[in-house]
Amino acid sequence: MAASSNRTRLRYLLHLAQDNLDFRLPEIKALLALRGKPFHPGEHFKEKAPFWCLDGLCEDDVRGIMARSVCAKSAFELWGHGQTHSELRTSLLTYPSELMTPFLHKDSTYKINVYTFNKTLEFPDRIKRINAMEYLPFEGTVSLKSSQHIFCLLEDYGTDPNNIPEDPYYIYFGRWIADGQRELIRSHSVKNRHFIGNTSMDAGLSFIMANHAGVKENDLVFDPFVGTGSLLVACSHFGAYVCGIDIDYNTIHGRGRSSRTNQKWRGPDENIRANLRQYGKEKMYVDVMVSDASKSVWREAALFDAIITDPPYGIRESTRRTGSHKDVTKPADGIYLESHVPVSQAYHLSDIFTDLLNFSALHLVIGGRLVYWLPVYRPEYCEETVPLNPCLRLISNCEQMLSSHTSRRLITMEKIKEPEEFDSLAHLADPRFSPFQGHNAFREKYFSGVNKRKEENKSDLNGE
Amino acid sequence: MLTSHVKGVTKGYPLLIKATEVKVNEVEFNPQFVSRMIPKLEWSALLQAAEGLGHRQDLPAELVSEYEKDEEFLKKVHRALLEVEVIEGCLQCPESGREFPISRGIPNMLLSEEEA
Repeated sequence: MAASSNRTRLRYLLHLAQDNLDFRLPEIKALLALRGKPFHPGEHFKEKAPFWCLDGLCEDDVRGIMARSVCAKSAFELWGHGQTHSELRTSLLTYPSELMTPFLHKDSTYKINVYTFNKTLEFPDRIKRINAMEYLPFEGTVSLKSSQHIFCLLEDYGTDPNNIPEDPYYIYFGRWIADGQRELIRSHSVKNRHFIGNTSMDAGLSFIMANHAGVKENDLVFDPFVGTGSLLVACSHFGAYVCGIDIDYNTIHGRGRSSRTNQKWRGPDENIRANLRQYGKEKMYVDVMVSDASKSVWREAALFDAIITDPPYGIRESTRRTGSHKDVTKPADGIYLESHVPVSQAYHLSDIFTDLLNFSALHLVIGGRLVYWLPVYRPEYCEETVPLNPCLRLISNCEQMLSSHTSRRLITMEKIKEPEEFDSLAHLADPRFSPFQGHNAFREKYFSGVNKRKEENKSDLNGE
Repeated sequence: MLTSHVKGVTKGYPLLIKATEVKVNEVEFNPQFVSRMIPKLEWSALLQAAEGLGHRQDLPAELVSEYEKDEEFLKKVHRALLEVEVIEGCLQCPESGREFPISRGIPNMLLSEEEA
């Protein structure tokens, strides 16, 4: 196509949802990486703003991203922008007309939408805005119901709802390309999920995790703490084949007490396969097993394209476990002994992450990603507390607040090389390669905030 | 058995598969996925598992070259890999003889404290 050289010089505007702010940039970057495209923001890029300009992409790239993103609402081919309507006009009139005319010719139908961020415009004001655009050579017929081309005027009134300016801070005009996948958050809500547990991952975050992991069609994805399979549901939606293990026999078999308030016991067909079936993705089910993530049963080989998981950190998961199971389960025996408690707890929680990283280093394919949640006691958090592994490169680290003093961080790592003998030595020698003390005592600190450091309460909560 | 090929404990690979109830589920054939899985498999282990379940079909003893283009071959692998499922049975460690039960299609790989 003759215009293809032009196409890549087009600029695109993304309109992002103003929630999960931390997760948006890594999501868009991961989706760009899937297409082998770099992230080139326009000038004045602000990560927390609702609008981002992106350069160096073609329309297919943008459609590809929007087919996956749950953080982006819509994408536009940006035709003009400015701080005022007159700046916008100048900008639009200098936009190459050969790039506009294919969408403006007289046989086409179109409509213009007005979108205002952080302000509601009255209907007459919207009409005024639309009529003011007539300096552009629109020759087609307006059709509100089935227009071939949709244009949008977007006005940004900032992000402070208590301080809304009279005039917008910034204005954009462009041609609508595609909407994102926000709808998935509703359609896959755990409220309507067949089989759920106490810690089933929220649908939006599950899709964000699958996107951070760069999960793609025909991948094999593994969750070592699979629970009710929420993360597998999201991965299967993007065409990945999924498998998982969990230490909890009752969960895997869909037995025991229901997590729903109005239902006492789980029904006969509550299991992960039924969850996939609910969304028409049963064909992506490979297998699940009852197994302990710390005792690998997998042949030593790079088997998985992505490992995506929400490890238990002993707050909401059941603390009733048996035998050799490794979980944050057995702090009770030494709970009153200052010297003993941190050791047994420390061993447990830090081990989960060491094991997870070592497992990933061994079983991911090169370029495959590990995405997991790390619980954090906020007053003591610093970047150095994130566990490392010589075979895994940190890609992103985003925070979700849980309470004033705790949060969890979504960590994404990519495998860059196969493990060697040397790596296990490095792992022992360098404290940065083993998880920081901070996680070890996470459970204790979590409850210390709640209980104002009352030891008696703590042991009650531990339930043992 | 679905993932029989990738299972294996450090002290014994591959696990022997024993079934008292086998089910064949129809699963949509996806040649790209099967082609991507084959290099991850121990071919002999897959054959052994398929054979043990009576679903070897006529899969060759050696992996064929250019299997990506051989749709008939990929379909057979697809069947062994994704369609044949052990509902009831066990996986047995070839070294220790330890049996891991499979119930309702789900293997239980947990070890007791003394074994871990």
